[in-house]
Amino acid sequence: MPDAHRLRGQTHTTHSSHSSHSSHRPALPPEPYDVERVRTDFPILQRLVHERPGRLGKPLVYLDNAASGQKPRAVIDAMTRCMELEYANVHRGIHYLSQQTTDAYEAVRGKIACFLNAPSRENIVITRNATEAINLVAATWGRTFLEAGDEVVLSVLEHHANIVPWQLLQAEKGFTIKVVPCDERGLLDLDAYAGLLGPKTKLVAITHGSNVTGTVTPAAEIARLAHHHGILVLFDGSQTAVHMPVDVQAIDADFYIFTGHKLYGPTGIGVLYGRKSVLHQMPPYQGGGDMISAVSFEGTTYRPPPYRFEAGTPPIIEGIGLGAAIDYVESLGRSAIALHEHSLLERATRRLEQIEGVRIIGTAPDKAAILSFVLDGIHPHDLGMLADQMGVAIRVGRHCAEPLLARFGVEATARASFGLYNTIAEADALADAVLAVKEFFR
Amino acid sequence: MLNDQFGDLRDLYQEVILDHGKHPRNHRHPPDANREARGDNPLCGDRITVYLTLGEDGVIRDVAFEGRGCAISTASASLMTEVIRGKTEPDARALFECFHDLCTKDDAEIDAHGPVDEDALDRLRVLSGVREFPVRVKCATLAWHTLSAALAGAGKISTES
Repeated sequence: MPDAHRLRGQTHTTHSSHSSHSSHRPALPPEPYDVERVRTDFPILQRLVHERPGRLGKPLVYLDNAASGQKPRAVIDAMTRCMELEYANVHRGIHYLSQQTTDAYEAVRGKIACFLNAPSRENIVITRNATEAINLVAATWGRTFLEAGDEVVLSVLEHHANIVPWQLLQAEKGFTIKVVPCDERGLLDLDAYAGLLGPKTKLVAITHGSNVTGTVTPAAEIARLAHHHGILVLFDGSQTAVHMPVDVQAIDADFYIFTGHKLYGPTGIGVLYGRKSVLHQMPPYQGGGDMISAVSFEGTTYRPPPYRFEAGTPPIIEGIGLGAAIDYVESLGRSAIALHEHSLLERATRRLEQIEGVRIIGTAPDKAAILSFVLDGIHPHDLGMLADQMGVAIRVGRHCAEPLLARFGVEATARASFGLYNTIAEADALADAVLAVKEFFR
Repeated sequence: MLNDQFGDLRDLYQEVILDHGKHPRNHRHPPDANREARGDNPLCGDRITVYLTLGEDGVIRDVAFEGRGCAISTASASLMTEVIRGKTEPDARALFECFHDLCTKDDAEIDAHGPVDEDALDRLRVLSGVREFPVRVKCATLAWHTLSAALAGAGKISTES
């Protein structure tokens, strides 16, 4: 144990020094993924849950990462430092602090562009969350270019955030929504998809990774088929940008969306990547400061993208936090994270498969580290609550994806989702909790 | 060992609840039902339908339910069907009010609701553990809200509305 601590301490020092200077250093040889060291970067993982006078708490086994990620010290410190030392409003100050904050905030836009391999920082629109990013596309591009007789293609895998904005617009415009089905494993039916595309189709809006089944969709193929018909493609990357490298140029996305808080960054910030030519065709989203070139009562002109879509004071502190989160994730390496998370997913899947009465919802070969399941005779709500008493935090319910749950014929599921700090022991703790709950209800 | 593992949840999941959760009573669709309502708790995915056979004298002749939710909501529905049969609509509503207090308030705070069937209330007391777990109150009261909708002829309720 003392040895492990010493080792942890050493690697931690190495890690923090190269993460803060990563841009100035030659690439280091890849280190083995040291999850114990990574865990020390997350203050919340040191706490106990269900602690009360007279009762010992339980270590937190946090397996609800698809809902939101915990925050590393680097993010917490960056946001604190911003508020303590480097804070003023952006884009409008002549004074020193405003300039400094503007530079730091705009540097984050550049970081996001690199993170997605976008051609330029001008492709990056900053929103409040992923939901707003989708609503932004619906309210601007959608309201301008969609009309009665058109078709929008969604999939059965979608989160409500990529269904309801289109339904709201549909009520206004009267276009048709078509839905790509999936098979028993949760894989999209690409033949059916190809069959849905036609001259009436104006937009394909599909998740890059399901928050229930974990299915990673073949984004490049989806875009290729759509572009063959001149159709735009939007990907909801809320579950993928955090789990794997994403290259918006390689998949040829027209829009790509993710959110800060699932990437171990703060809440209150989301990202919309847009193809430049498409963003330039889009009218403003909300009106206000920062998005205008000139205002008069005779007429107002708007700034070019991305600022045209960013009315009002942006999420400045959150932006700084997201920048730190991206640095942090990149310092570990997204491929290394994906590899680690897959080992957790495999372990948990193997353990759960061995438990009689467990049915796993979503068995696609290419999955984000998300494991939905139901247990014969035991409602997910009971399972989740009892597991929580053991310190195992999972999500239960319909996961804002009711059509998908209906597709699998279940009212609710339990969902464990893994993050970069989870361990094999925690994957085992999940399975042990399921076994204990089964025993409880026997 | 299990008691320790699941801490206070033993108080919530008492044997009676586990029994009614696993083997719900009156889990059927009576052919002569003349009132029904659907209850939905979208947060956790509980869905039940409550059926009533209301006599012309205003007495609930039969009450049953279909659908499954968590152990708490199923047990609550099952217990409800047992204590409601033979009651008039006002008696049933008075019992619901008392039960609702039981699920949400400390004993000291519970106001008198006029005369209710104390034996029935005693049977329902087994569910009062939910008051320590606010997220589960909706589970325990879903069947009763649905019963209330059926009595009112409302047809459908959701805990989110």
